[in-house]
This record gives sequence, C-alpha cells and structure tokens, in this order.
Amino acid sequence: MKICLERKRQRSKCTAAKGLGLYMEKECAKTNAAQTAANEICMEFDAISENEGLARVVIAAFLSRIDPTVDEIEDVKTAVSEAVTNAVIHGYGERGGRVVMRARLSAERELSVEISDRGVGIADVEQAMQPLFTTGAANERSGMGFSFMEAFMDRLEVESSIGEGTCVHMWKSFAGRQDETAPILQAAVWNRSGRA
Amino acid sequence: MEKKMEEYAIIDNYLCIRMPREVDHHGAAGIRECADRLILDDKVKNIVFDFTDTTFMDSSGLGIIIGRYRKISCFGGKVYAINVSERIGRILRASGMSSIVEILA
Repeated sequence: MKICLERKRQRSKCTAAKGLGLYMEKECAKTNAAQTAANEICMEFDAISENEGLARVVIAAFLSRIDPTVDEIEDVKTAVSEAVTNAVIHGYGERGGRVVMRARLSAERELSVEISDRGVGIADVEQAMQPLFTTGAANERSGMGFSFMEAFMDRLEVESSIGEGTCVHMWKSFAGRQDETAPILQAAVWNRSGRA
Repeated sequence: MEKKMEEYAIIDNYLCIRMPREVDHHGAAGIRECADRLILDDKVKNIVFDFTDTTFMDSSGLGIIIGRYRKISCFGGKVYAINVSERIGRILRASGMSSIVEILA
C-alpha cells in the first residue's frame, strides 16, 4: 500500500519575528475561519475488501477540518464505501489490483472525490447505474451501490471503458444544509420473495 | 472469517444476529456463512438482526438481509431489524426494505 499526500495551503503572509510566526499564522486562520484553504490528497491502495474501511476512515479524517455534521460525514463515508467496494468486487473481480482515491476540498467547501480502478470496466454505465441492477446477484449484491452514491452525494459522474477501468467522480458541497437523500432511493420495493 | 458465536443466538425459533460495528462488503461473507449454517443446522424460522453496535452500513448490508429473507420467507419466516439507529433506519426505509423487514427502533 502506498499513500502519497499532496497539500496545497495558502500561507498567510505574516512576516513577523520567527517566534511570533506560528502565533500569527494561527490568528490569521481564526479570522479566516469561513474560508478554508484548498486541500488535496491522493491515496493508492490494494483492491482488497479490508481497505474499504481504510478508505472510509481516510475520507472522514480528511473532511474533519471543515467541521461537517455527523450525517454529512456518514453520507460521504457511505458513498466512498460503495465506490471502493465496486472497484474491489466488480472492477477487479476480487482478484486484487490497485485503487486510487483522490479527494479535493475547495476553498468554497466543496468536496470532490474520485475513485478509480484499472479493472474490467463497465459495458453499459447507464444500465449499471439503475437501482437494483446487479451482475453480482450470486454474491447477494443488492444492486444499490450507485443509487447510494447518488443519494448521499450532490453529483456523481461515472466514466468507464472496457478493459481500461472505471472512474467514479462525486461531489458534495458543505456550504448549506440539504436533506434530499430519500427520494432517489425510494425506487426500490421488495416483494415477498425478496425481489424487486 | 472466524466469528464469535456469542454474536449468534437461537431463542425459540428466532435466530438473533448481533451485527458488527461496521456492516460492509468486508464482513458480509462471514456473517452470511455463519447465519446460513445456523439456518440449516437448527430449526430456525425467523431472523432478528440486532443493530445495537452498528454505526455504519452500506448496500452490502441490504444484500445480507435480502439474502437471508429469501432463505426463510418460503417457509413463512419473518425478518426483523431491531435496535436500529436513526441513520440505519433511514437507509433501510429509504431503500424499500421496510416491505420485507420489520424495523424496530
């Protein structure tokens, strides 16, 4: 597993004496609380199920500095978990490979997460994104992965080509509160035999 | 995939499964295996998923529940989800699970 961290930070121009430097920087940060500096991380890891939890922990920690609500953190964790699980199960067929997670936080408090694999790719992205569509029925996959990502994030983009891999790009804004997770998921109703 | 047996209990004809803190694809296979072995071995009719410890669940959790439901519903069994937190409850209801699972907070 390789983790590489890239960090962009707008250094506040405090040209005070060295001893004062840190203190001044902190003060500047306090007055600029509303505007957070942009930040980006990139992490590459093995496509094994164990790392689904790791990806969740990393994204939650990455978000923590903009002070999101518990629900917002859980939303992002769920979406990331779905995307990484897809890469592990479908992209690489649980035979291993590498997954890249790239997360970016803009100064406007918008999160962008990209999860990509170099796996088999998806033949029909539109079909794959339908609620309840799954190729993993034998493994009891619910077919709700993309629906979850769609429901818990603001925007979702999926790019895929056969033999080259898949890239899932998601955005979520933390500027205001929106609560519209439910309607998208409501497509599913299971009947008595547990089928949709 | 070794699971502690105290996470599974059979009371009357109810199989109670204490779900882990995080329900995801990583742990799903283990839960499935253990639950199915018990469903076969004993005279289990109904299944109770206990979400007391659960703080996180993704769509893999739905798969576990639907799969077990299919196994027991043909014999008239029922599936319950108990001690469900607000978030887990919302996920279950929003994804239509309330039509096959009785959800109890």
